[in-house]
Amino acid sequence: MGLKHVNAVVVGSGAGGGIVAKELASAGLRVVLLERGKWYTAFDDRKDDLRNQRTCVLGNSFGPDERNPRVYADASGQEHVIPSNHWAYSNNAACVGGGTLSYGAMAWRFMEDDFRLRSKYGTVAGSTLDDWPITYRDLEPYYEKAEWEIGVSGDDSNNVFRAPRRRPLPMPALPPNRDFQVLEPAAKRMGLHPFHIPMLRNSIPYNGRGACMRCRWCVGYACEVSAKCGTQNTSIPKAIETGNCELRAECIAREVMTDERGRVRGVAYYDGGGKLREQTSDLVVVSCSAVESARLLLNSKSPLFPNGLGNRYDWVGRNLQGHSYTGAAGLFEQETYDDLGPGASIAICDFNHNNPGFVAGGLLANEFLRSPYQIAALGGEGVPRWGAAHKDFMRRYFKRNMTVMGPMQEMPLFDSRVQVDPKVKDAWGIPVARISGKHHENDLKGTEYMRSKAEAWLKEAGAIKTIPFHWTYLGIPSGGQHQAGTCRMGNDPQTSVVDKSCRVHDSDNLYVIDGSVHPNNGGFNPVLTIMAIAYYASENLVNTWKGTHARG
Amino acid sequence: MQSSFRLNRRAFLQAALAATAAAGTGVACSRNQTPWRFFRLDEARCLAAICDQIVPQDQDAGASWAGVVNFIDRQLCGPYESLKTTYRQGLAGVDESSRAVYGNVFADLDSFQEIDLLQKLEQGKASGDVWKQISSSEFFGHLVDHTMQGYYGDPRHGGNREGVSWKMLGLPYPPIRGRIRIDHPEDWRR
Repeated sequence: MGLKHVNAVVVGSGAGGGIVAKELASAGLRVVLLERGKWYTAFDDRKDDLRNQRTCVLGNSFGPDERNPRVYADASGQEHVIPSNHWAYSNNAACVGGGTLSYGAMAWRFMEDDFRLRSKYGTVAGSTLDDWPITYRDLEPYYEKAEWEIGVSGDDSNNVFRAPRRRPLPMPALPPNRDFQVLEPAAKRMGLHPFHIPMLRNSIPYNGRGACMRCRWCVGYACEVSAKCGTQNTSIPKAIETGNCELRAECIAREVMTDERGRVRGVAYYDGGGKLREQTSDLVVVSCSAVESARLLLNSKSPLFPNGLGNRYDWVGRNLQGHSYTGAAGLFEQETYDDLGPGASIAICDFNHNNPGFVAGGLLANEFLRSPYQIAALGGEGVPRWGAAHKDFMRRYFKRNMTVMGPMQEMPLFDSRVQVDPKVKDAWGIPVARISGKHHENDLKGTEYMRSKAEAWLKEAGAIKTIPFHWTYLGIPSGGQHQAGTCRMGNDPQTSVVDKSCRVHDSDNLYVIDGSVHPNNGGFNPVLTIMAIAYYASENLVNTWKGTHARG
Repeated sequence: MQSSFRLNRRAFLQAALAATAAAGTGVACSRNQTPWRFFRLDEARCLAAICDQIVPQDQDAGASWAGVVNFIDRQLCGPYESLKTTYRQGLAGVDESSRAVYGNVFADLDSFQEIDLLQKLEQGKASGDVWKQISSSEFFGHLVDHTMQGYYGDPRHGGNREGVSWKMLGLPYPPIRGRIRIDHPEDWRR
């Protein structure tokens, strides 16, 4: 028997889809929310320092699992079939809440200039850099909504570079940890502007959940006391409470179905038992994050759309980007370790823009807490790799180190892309994503500059030695939890995939609402921007909703 | 505890073998008559000697006492399954290089000889036919990385016996879940 027709199918329950489902269901639409992973509770997470979403040498705790390989083509064009804990996989958790179940939860608003990089810096040779079709001003009310509905703590009042906000954050910052106490005066001595990082984490009881208990299993793990705010403990339960939203976990979307006139008519998916189902709907929202959203559109082929949905001009899957992380570790004479989670506490935005010799930049912040294995595998010049000297190093410096690092805003490249692989299929027989591309030289220049600033900050704070990080793999685009860009938002259908309300140009009832639509990804962790866009696009969708379809 | 990890690795391996033999062998993933899932006795002995140079015993336990061989053995029948051949070839290669240079298997060398040979592996300068098939520096990279995981990682994976590395670093074992009640009671109460 067929499934009952609904108004909307939302594919993916992460930062984007988890909010869209709640907004549509609250407006009275019947919604089915499809999620390929499971609905975990914190008690399913064993706080394992070798098996989590951050350090996944023995696997990921929240997927995707071994049934989901990908292909990556290296700089020489050689192809590799890789599992989900491979560094080139661009892993983002597959579970209810998506990345927001286990993220570090930094809650950044992009800056005004991040929405108009091309106007500010001009055309960048070799890059598809463009302005957004919307401005910070358009998104500001929705940033605020995300901060108050999902819940953000912190204090950015000392950040003189921040974009204007109308309301303060709903929760105060957590009390400073030792990193903060050491790094703050150093930054001030250097004339920088340090502040408490905004985080999607309860610092006081909020929204019916308790405050952070400050354990060190934060980034990469599910929160044991549910103080970390993701869509799985905020908007998704609210969506279900409306009575209008049905969450179907462990369902693998195969394709978005279209009718003979080219209108989207629902989603074909495999349910938990592996049975192929067709859920028809008035509209479809794709929110699978940059790699999987592009893959789903590209796999949705029909006579009218032989190259996949939204792909008339070959832009789906292009401009894949994440962030080029850079920074340094500093070694200290005094103890800096205080075992106090979440760890990351202090940031500066002094180097996000107006830097010498390159476009854009990024924030710098101290690192989340670090496990013994992470320090043991630190590497770098002057760090003994093994033997008696290594052991002495660990005893001396495990509690006497600090890391400052940050996400460098990348220049989008047309040839950094997601395709569907012609040969390799997943366990359900669906062609997998194939990732290929490179980095722009601006990424490298920016990371070198930011790295030098991180080292300078640590030295001012008293580091007796700094160990610079060189993490940018030039032969492969970034992605990972910060993946973005593959279904660019723009006014021109020939150079973008969705319009400024996140609707696919070709279609009047298909939307992409997640990080895929970002024309560029800011010098910030992108989650709050994804949430803001989800609120913004949902409101637009609901306002134009006419019972069975949206007004043109 | 201080004295128990001073049990030398030969005695430890023999004790482990005896214990398993008494319980009756037959471990998944392997038909060989050893306490290991994957390794043969000579391989486990060679690997224990290597790991004990990567994280040597001093005032704190070394890698083999901490169970690193057991950790690697377990992972080779799990997440590291694809590295089985590399380990089989690589450990044979270490003994081959060792015999060629010093006329003895690796585990019977003295400490200076062992370190010298491992440095050659690390630099890709070790002699032997095996290293024409696999890169000795790559194999050494696996050995270092997996030893660190087994020594510093969670004890549930078969290494870091009694949380020995965490205690060495001054971390509480078992770990404390949530510091606020201890360090910031005023924030916990508000």
